[in-house]
Amino acid sequence: MSTMILTQTNYFADLIHYLSDGLGWGFGGQILGYIIIALIYMTFFAVAGLLLVYLERRVAGFFQLRLGPNRVGPWGLLQTIADALKLLTKELTGTERKENLLYHTAYFIVIIASLLALSAIPFSGGIVAFDINIGVFFISAISSVGVLSILFGGWGSNNKYSLLGGMRSGLQMISYELSSGLAILTIILMAGTLSMTGIVEQQRDMIFLLKGHIPALIAFVIFVIAGTAESNRTPFDLPEGEAELGAGYHSEYSGMGFAWFFLAEFINMFIISAVAVTLFFGGWLAPFGITDGLGAQWAWGLLWFFIKVFLMIFLFMWFRWTFPRLRIDQLLTLEWKYLLPIGLLNIVLMAILVYFKLVF
Amino acid sequence: MSYIGNILGGIKTLLTGMKVTGGYFFPSIIGRKYIITRQYPDEPAIVMDRFKGEVVMWHNDNNEHRCTGCQACEIACPNGTIEIIWDRVLNEETGKKVKQIDKHIYHLGMCTMCNLCIQACPTNAIMWSTNFHNSTYDRSKLTKVLNRPGSKLMAGVEE
Repeated sequence: MSTMILTQTNYFADLIHYLSDGLGWGFGGQILGYIIIALIYMTFFAVAGLLLVYLERRVAGFFQLRLGPNRVGPWGLLQTIADALKLLTKELTGTERKENLLYHTAYFIVIIASLLALSAIPFSGGIVAFDINIGVFFISAISSVGVLSILFGGWGSNNKYSLLGGMRSGLQMISYELSSGLAILTIILMAGTLSMTGIVEQQRDMIFLLKGHIPALIAFVIFVIAGTAESNRTPFDLPEGEAELGAGYHSEYSGMGFAWFFLAEFINMFIISAVAVTLFFGGWLAPFGITDGLGAQWAWGLLWFFIKVFLMIFLFMWFRWTFPRLRIDQLLTLEWKYLLPIGLLNIVLMAILVYFKLVF
Repeated sequence: MSYIGNILGGIKTLLTGMKVTGGYFFPSIIGRKYIITRQYPDEPAIVMDRFKGEVVMWHNDNNEHRCTGCQACEIACPNGTIEIIWDRVLNEETGKKVKQIDKHIYHLGMCTMCNLCIQACPTNAIMWSTNFHNSTYDRSKLTKVLNRPGSKLMAGVEE
């Protein structure tokens, strides 16, 4: 508990405090509070995942001059729920000589990694389950655990296409973690803190994208490219590569095993967008402080946070339906010959600017 | 400096691509008129004239068809889709026995739409229909009798 920042209200911490001390339930109340918070986050995981799948299909439809899913429920909103029900009732099949332990661990790891990363994201002022002072570091560390699940799934399936997909994903993840880490470091140089809440609070007067002008803009571009690669989305979806690998690492999964991978992929996109919004666009803060004087600040914070995250997600979807997939050598050239040197130079530039107080 | 040039060129081409796809996306969320797909069960489907849906027999207003019962289509059919049940009936004017169809049976479930029967027909009795609403829950419903009940041969076809 020493890592908690207690400078401002945290509704989740208040809840646990109320259950354990306010009601006098002690340790039991504390556990109950943790369970309630976990249930909230798991519900959010499922609902956000399903909504994002719907959104992706709908946006894809409009990009291709179609309507997308529009039959089940109003505007087709219940389509993904119907799909999830179908996946729930499907038989779990697999290959005959799969590596059982790795095969079945894989989809648990992918959920755990996504949920852990989600826990450290501040959705609004005081709405963050795990408010630690190394939040950014924690998220970037946890989100690279997700690659383990892809490697496990690829290896455990005992299928050459799955294995190729898993290996490509590992390669891609290790390469692009560097760039996204450097982009995050550039912002941390300016913020002087690793805490997600602290980073947001520092952007009250101006968002970091404007505060850090040129280096922040370069860092943002690098972060978006690396984030697209880390969430395995087109144009960096070589791990799945429908044309050459079938479905890559999850080709041997069926039913909910596949659904967890699929949902986690969208939640990862949400996490990348949320981190980008927190680092560059001021998180839950209202643009120009237009709703600052009003009541229920936490609700306004949620609203602004989700609007900003939605815009970021839309940007990722725009990329997906525009750019063609890269070849593996082009992928590595982009990372090691372009993004990494630029990122390193960018850090030096930012350090100089911060030292001479040239950032706003 | 081709290195910097590469980066700038790359960004420029990416933005060009995003401009093109954005030009599709933003109009299509505003107006339905930009959506090019047809919402089929609500709106009628456009079917081309030469679409081969199923074989039908043409009948005129007096319930007369042009099929003489020569069985050329039955012989031409490579997979036994067409069966013709026929009979010899006495023609009262000439006093001769003439071949006449009783049932022209068409098994749509076996038809491959190869067009050979229609090419074989000497009197243009059968032709293609563009109807494609043929799915049923019962396979036996795909066996159709093409000549209508009580129909007879049109005069002047056999000459």
